[in-house]
Amino acid sequence: MDYDVIIIGGGVTGCCIARTLSRYDLKICLLEKEADIASGTTKGNSGVVHAGYAADRKYKKREFCIRGNKLFDQAHKELNFPFKRTGTLVVALEERQIKDLVYIRNYGTEDGVPGLEIIIDKNRIKQMEPQLTDKVIAVLHAPSGGIISPYEFTFALAENANMNGVEFFREHEIIGINKIVAGFEVETKLKKFTSRIVINAAGLYSAEISRMAGVDTFEIYPRRGEYILFDKSSIHLNKVLFPMPTRLSKGILVSPTIHGHVFIGPNADNILDIEDVSTTTRGLKEIISGGLKLVPNLPLNAAIRNFAGLRAVSNTMDFIIEATEMVGFVNVAGILSPGLTAIFAIAEEVVRILVEDLGEELKGKENYNPYRPKPEHLSDFTKMKLNQKIKENPAWGRIICRCETIPEAEIVDSIRRPVGATTIDGVKFRCRAGMGRCQGGFCMPRVMEILSRELNIPYDEVTKRGKGSHYLVNKVLCIELTEDSKESEEVAEK
Amino acid sequence: MSESSKKDKKVIRCIVCPTGCEITAENVDGEVKIIGFGCKRGEEYAKEELFEPKRIVTATMRVEDGFLSIIPVRTEKPIPKESVFEIIKELSSIKVKAPIKVGDILVENIHNLEVNVIASRDMPTF
Amino acid sequence: MKSLDVDIAVIGAGSAGLGAAIEAKKQGMDVLILERNDELGGITLQCIHNGFGLKIFKEDLTGPEYIQRFINEAKELKIPYKLDTMVIEITEDKEIYAVNKKEGLLKIKAKAIILSMGCREKTRGAINIPGFRPAGIYTAGQAQRFVNIEGYIPGKTYVILGSGDIGMIMARRLTWLGCEVKAVVEIKSYVSGLIRNQVQCLEDYNIPLILNHTITKIHGKDRVEGITISSVDQNWDQIVGSDEYIECDSILLSVGLVPENELTTKAGAELSNNGGPIVDDNLETIMDGIFACGNVLQVHDLVDNVSEEAKRAGKNAAIYVKERYGKDQIKKDHIKIIPGINVGYVKPDYVNFSNLENLLHFHLRVKEPDRDVIIVIKEVNKIVYQRVRSFVIPSEMIEVRTKFKPEVISPNCRELKIEVLPVSLLEVLDEVG
Repeated sequence: MDYDVIIIGGGVTGCCIARTLSRYDLKICLLEKEADIASGTTKGNSGVVHAGYAADRKYKKREFCIRGNKLFDQAHKELNFPFKRTGTLVVALEERQIKDLVYIRNYGTEDGVPGLEIIIDKNRIKQMEPQLTDKVIAVLHAPSGGIISPYEFTFALAENANMNGVEFFREHEIIGINKIVAGFEVETKLKKFTSRIVINAAGLYSAEISRMAGVDTFEIYPRRGEYILFDKSSIHLNKVLFPMPTRLSKGILVSPTIHGHVFIGPNADNILDIEDVSTTTRGLKEIISGGLKLVPNLPLNAAIRNFAGLRAVSNTMDFIIEATEMVGFVNVAGILSPGLTAIFAIAEEVVRILVEDLGEELKGKENYNPYRPKPEHLSDFTKMKLNQKIKENPAWGRIICRCETIPEAEIVDSIRRPVGATTIDGVKFRCRAGMGRCQGGFCMPRVMEILSRELNIPYDEVTKRGKGSHYLVNKVLCIELTEDSKESEEVAEK
Repeated sequence: MSESSKKDKKVIRCIVCPTGCEITAENVDGEVKIIGFGCKRGEEYAKEELFEPKRIVTATMRVEDGFLSIIPVRTEKPIPKESVFEIIKELSSIKVKAPIKVGDILVENIHNLEVNVIASRDMPTF
Repeated sequence: MKSLDVDIAVIGAGSAGLGAAIEAKKQGMDVLILERNDELGGITLQCIHNGFGLKIFKEDLTGPEYIQRFINEAKELKIPYKLDTMVIEITEDKEIYAVNKKEGLLKIKAKAIILSMGCREKTRGAINIPGFRPAGIYTAGQAQRFVNIEGYIPGKTYVILGSGDIGMIMARRLTWLGCEVKAVVEIKSYVSGLIRNQVQCLEDYNIPLILNHTITKIHGKDRVEGITISSVDQNWDQIVGSDEYIECDSILLSVGLVPENELTTKAGAELSNNGGPIVDDNLETIMDGIFACGNVLQVHDLVDNVSEEAKRAGKNAAIYVKERYGKDQIKKDHIKIIPGINVGYVKPDYVNFSNLENLLHFHLRVKEPDRDVIIVIKEVNKIVYQRVRSFVIPSEMIEVRTKFKPEVISPNCRELKIEVLPVSLLEVLDEVG
């Protein structure tokens, strides 16, 4: 056997399981079909760490969420990802909704959600969140709720897993899973892998992967959510704002991001195409109208980006975390909101399944290091520190992304880090180059030049997010390029 | 009556300057009448546009040993519109050597049009 | 940390920065230019088409030719400059912090600062086009850089959203290079850019200009495969059932420019509704000794106008250093300039009372196109300036140059309003008045 465990899927679920299992003496690899991890449901996510009062009591996701929320502080210390307990507010705009708030608070408190409080004093509400509509009647404040960058969190998990020996294979789409003696053979488009245990964390594709292994027990449906992101300087928000929840969703929220932007979304659109992350005129209108109900001063003319994410909804309506009839094949599927919050509890559950259901004797790894160093950011430096850093490494003195003030050193680090960036989007999501108000208008050619140099590939082969997403056509029309790309590499080095 | 007389009428929007005057050029039995121009250069442009439209061509050429790998160039004078594409194709296939100064003649008398192609900027060596 | 003292620091070495620096130097100032790019010249370097310099040099130059003259002059005047140098902060005390690879962090103490950072292009998100987010979507200026500076062609078949000048010029450039531009799609009922670009870039090559339409969906998961366009009503709302699919591998966005003013606001200067800093007729922001010119102040149509504005900024900054720097600042006696009917914005935002008799330059843009109008400046209801124009359009900046005789404006005047009215309306007003 090549491995003890193969994890399929490099989203937050797969990466968190990888990191959690990396403390044990197991040989593990993770297979991801896209050019980068955190490319699927993880990327188009609200990035809210929920307090845990929202999910229905009949589902296990409620319990996992409340438990998961509590595990974030320790993980934050170890992994140094951007995370802040801002507190969340559920906003009642009508008198009759107060009784719903009471209901949510009472059950939440009973189930261990800390600090839930209903506030009706308008002055206090306005103090907490000045942007909130004047029509607010009452809010439910959950101080343990917070915000996180879902992809930076996933990168942190993957980097730490990789430091502790988990191997990552990207652009490895699974095309078959075969049961072999005492394990499985997992075939990707590029290679075959064997292992004793396979953990299916393939998100939207998890039902398909499960069927490849001969386990046909559930279905996954994509539910799309659209978002709009606003320029940093246009509005500031303290708290995550939720409307009154409905049976189907937590509604369209207005939330700060961990990097100080504000976003609105998501709507909930059940669609057919598992890859349809397109935004729609209707959907964008819907989230704008939803957002305006909570924050009438949304700076609609300062939108810098719209995007859509998909949730992987299972036909059970709940998380599916279980050993299957195919011994050694474990499904971790249907992980939609509050999946991000629940993620450490989900990974704990996988450990329990490995020990109790599969009889694994997990031994701790001697040299396990739970700490992942915080990536250095120019924005965190004092002036003296910055001066010192440039002296040590001049790449700190070459600012590539002007909107977010990202120097070449941070871009190079995002490429050279464990499980580092190989694409323009990979750089953008790791160090924020191109994330600002110009959305890469100025810096994209420079980022491409650095990727080309670091990865030793031609300039025009740098992609946005892997195969097929080229920014420059190879075909020469009027200008011959082959020699020039070599020249530009030399230029970059000097 | 108009059947027998040759009459060409063309509305030309002037591109000489940003004002964009709307000029009417009329060819009545070989006699050209131009109205609506805002300046003398506009009048000339309209005449030319009626009989032999010309354009300045701006393009890039490849550079050897330059600070950049291409250099912007232009035709010194406007050339006939129908020659534009072949000129650009030709320019794309020629490589020139740095250093180059703005105004340097890079191609003399291109396509025998009695027009030179000149550099639009300095191009120091790398 | 390396420290420097200068009379005037100029931030940005494009057409505005170079023009301002040259003038300040000629006024005897000790000037330093800070430029984030690896050469002097700014965006004009990538505008390789002609049409520059008609006003200032009375010649038809390309962008690089035009800016080369300023680069050469700056070099002849031996104005010091730092390339690859990014200003990261300007304090209210006019201390500039900048970084580059060689020198690390620099602290530059300037008596006066001229802001000339230019503008940036609006992006897709700013206009919220629905659809996928594949590779193959560029701002027109980004594509221009790839083609004209780096020598790469982004795609083969294009649709251009927005009829701004850069978009139309790129339509021609790409056509010349053998690419196919399927259409220029404009949501408004008229072209955003200059008419001559419509003629020589689109009409010359039969590139369809589709007005009253916008892109309503982008297709293609990895790379653009096509777009859906739809016609829009007067409120720019999509008309149901008007969808049309166009196959293309690239989309260029030419949907407008915004002044780039992050540093400006950090320095304490306030912005007005056009996105540029509030300035008086000296082009001085509300922060003493901090001046602004070029596209950072207001997006110009013509580089010649940028150079002209830059020259004034350079001169006024020099006067500030000579006459006002280090002295107690007297409270300014300002008249506020208010944009009135059909005026989108006007610069300057204030005029110094003491400057009323000098030649004043007002720049404004109308909100809506109109014919046979009269541009008026009013003190309450008294018209103190008027000029007739046959045609106005938002894409063309209107310049008003005038002096006011002392008796024209009352000594307690606090506001002047500038309006663009239909001539007919004025006649009615006259009759009423």
